[in-house]
Amino acid sequence: MNSSVFFGLSSVAYILAMILYIAYLAFRNNTVGITATIVTVAGFVSQTMAILIRWKEFAEIGNMGLLRGVPLTNLYESLIFFVWCLILAYLVIEFKYKTRSFGAFITPVAGLALAFIDISGMSKNIQPLVPALQSNWLLAHVMMSFIAYSMFAVSFSTGLMYLIVTTDDKKEPAYIFWTGMLSLFIIVLAAMGLDYLTFKLAVKSQEELIRSFLFKASFRSESGAVTALSFAVSAGLFFLIWRFGGILKKVIAGVNISADTLDDITYKSIAMGFPIFTLGGLIFGAIWADQAWGKYWTWDPKETWSLITWFFYAFYLHSRLMRGWKGKKVAIVAVLGFLAVIFTYLGVNLLLSGLHSYGSE
Amino acid sequence: MEKQNNKSITDRVWDLFASVKLAIVIFTIIASTSMVGTILEQQADPEKNVKVLSKMFGLGHDSAHSALKVLDSLGFTNMYHSWWFVTLLLLFCANLIICSIDRLPHIWKLAREHIQPLPPELLDKVAIKRSLTIKGKASGAKELSVAALLKLGFKPAEATSANGVQFYAEKGNYTRLGVYVTHLSLLVILAGAMIGLFFGFNAFLNLPEGETTSVAYKDRGTEVPLGFELRCDNFEVDYYGQGDMPKSYKSWLTVFKNGKEILKKSIVVNDPLTFEGITFYQSSYGKVPNSEGRGIIILRAVAANGTAQNIQAKVGDSFMIPGSSVQGRILDFSPALSVDPTGRYFSYDEMLKNPAIQVAFTGLKDGNYTGWILKRYPNSWNLPGGERLEFLDYWGVEYTGMQVRKDPGVFIVYLGCIIMALGLYVTFFMSHRRVWVQIAEDKGSTRITIAASAHRNKAAFENRIDKLVGILNAGSKGESK
Repeated sequence: MNSSVFFGLSSVAYILAMILYIAYLAFRNNTVGITATIVTVAGFVSQTMAILIRWKEFAEIGNMGLLRGVPLTNLYESLIFFVWCLILAYLVIEFKYKTRSFGAFITPVAGLALAFIDISGMSKNIQPLVPALQSNWLLAHVMMSFIAYSMFAVSFSTGLMYLIVTTDDKKEPAYIFWTGMLSLFIIVLAAMGLDYLTFKLAVKSQEELIRSFLFKASFRSESGAVTALSFAVSAGLFFLIWRFGGILKKVIAGVNISADTLDDITYKSIAMGFPIFTLGGLIFGAIWADQAWGKYWTWDPKETWSLITWFFYAFYLHSRLMRGWKGKKVAIVAVLGFLAVIFTYLGVNLLLSGLHSYGSE
Repeated sequence: MEKQNNKSITDRVWDLFASVKLAIVIFTIIASTSMVGTILEQQADPEKNVKVLSKMFGLGHDSAHSALKVLDSLGFTNMYHSWWFVTLLLLFCANLIICSIDRLPHIWKLAREHIQPLPPELLDKVAIKRSLTIKGKASGAKELSVAALLKLGFKPAEATSANGVQFYAEKGNYTRLGVYVTHLSLLVILAGAMIGLFFGFNAFLNLPEGETTSVAYKDRGTEVPLGFELRCDNFEVDYYGQGDMPKSYKSWLTVFKNGKEILKKSIVVNDPLTFEGITFYQSSYGKVPNSEGRGIIILRAVAANGTAQNIQAKVGDSFMIPGSSVQGRILDFSPALSVDPTGRYFSYDEMLKNPAIQVAFTGLKDGNYTGWILKRYPNSWNLPGGERLEFLDYWGVEYTGMQVRKDPGVFIVYLGCIIMALGLYVTFFMSHRRVWVQIAEDKGSTRITIAASAHRNKAAFENRIDKLVGILNAGSKGESK
């Protein structure tokens, strides 16, 4: 069996699960909830199969054994593994806290990641390992980083939900913050979708699309009118979300997750993710860099952004544990922390190197 | 820290540095300036950053230029080595040290303080509470409780009061110090980095095949003596299959000291050579300038009967295949041979991506033959008459590029990393756990009250306490039979 069949199955399952979880949230029908869980587990099993098969294919092509030939070497493979970790973390939470309400918030992240893979048409081919990646540290470093990323993704979802549930006043900074965040996500995704539709014929790969054409169909358009319109539409969308955000609150409040549970999950996933990220992401990364390049720290954008991410979560832990910040304030930090994670993971590769490689093009 | 007017300046400075607020401010400044540092390429050609700025903010070339000038004068183009960034890092250290010293005595006291029995009215105030009633006398319950606590890894002490008997125990007092271990590790890592900065060096070395050196080069060409000699015997790129995707870069090195050969080692990326504290990392390669035609072609000629002989030759040279009348003459060399649709041969790269020689053979069984012999295609080595000409190497025109580093602080950095891993584990996955079990007899049955607390991760300890309750329940049923 080919791994792509299983990957396809799992993508379909997760997107179906996303719809089911949202339906469950809206109608609170138990059958729908159980179906959603079954579909998610089925997707997870099929994705596990797919990863194992690809791992075997990968190791055979490079002829370097399972521990070194780890299929975690490009954007496609890492996104797949991220989704896998995220779903695993979600299933653990569903089982431990005996609630399905988070499904509607976490499966969309998985669904979006998979949709991003498919829309972008990024390379799914197996590329053999370049010399720099041929190291025993690859497995530990990348795997632990992504386990931590998925923990942070969980804390992002629960942190955002916490803000949605606990804010009432439309003038409150926390309310403005979460409606702004949600608008930002929708606007960025919509703008990228627009780029894709406008320029897909002109580019060869998604990397090139993002590097050369990001927001060219909207905010950075050649035409001033399009640029102005884009900003106006964004402002309008933000206003709508800000005005009607209360509806979302009612939906979440309807399913009986207490704000304390949300706060607790946010803290726990960061308390798990932080040490894993420190050890696997920063320390193992530094040791590997030391072996490969003779420098354990060079302040390159990827390293610096990992450190920035680390600072965000260190900030979260210190403000919570030492200054006794609870609730909204720390939830905001948790949400911002995950923005740093996204930038460390995707932004650095797609945007910064893009800016830098522009000079040499 | 609250403001108090009667405090001396030293006290106020101390309080400032002991505050988490300052830590948060420093975190924020380091993080936000670092962001700027990742957008601007560090220590780069100014034109590159002008392009970055004009692309990002839509500035014209001139205004981007002046913007860069401002950023440059503020040190943002070599930010991580600028005085203010280093000052920030030092402030961060000072904050960390003073913060820890400020809080340590209190936490140390908490860790050293031994658990005391609690009067019943206070048991109610403890975070985790459970109670159960079992049949039988208190003596049975006592034995049962001690056994259950031991099973959970606690060593209970006993106190008797008017209200009955109380067992109390604690574990992991010193896990309260985990966070200080983590902070200490950061300081150890920074100390290691400092040692590296002052007593080590970073250099590079481009060493052509066959050459020996006793120095490496820092930025701007400053020589760094190695204290021994290093020779590059050979350099080679391996490819995946027949494609141009590199599989490995490999250099064969020999170390000499006082003219004596000390050791030989081949290095690849991720597997460096270390000698006398200096480490050589495979990092790049290239062609020695003006080396066209100077390379040595290394061949192995094998006769039809298996007799073999190694041959070193240059373009234009002739050679014999041993034990035969076959003579070869090397007509041409290509570093990267390819063929265009019309059947014409050409070199598609300057680097040795697909080295090939064109050889004219005479004296073969079926007459004469001229063909290309390719290093990466052993099929091309076979001659029509059963002889074989193996193309082993084209030697002497490539150099290996190596990072050369001496860093006596790296072990301290690693030590700091280990301490940090331990500290984080203790901080996040262990806690100071206390438990009190109060036993009181009441009209033929016995009431057991359990109170427990953990300074972190309460939920996990709550599960353990539920297990304790389970053991007690099961034990009491077993006894009442």
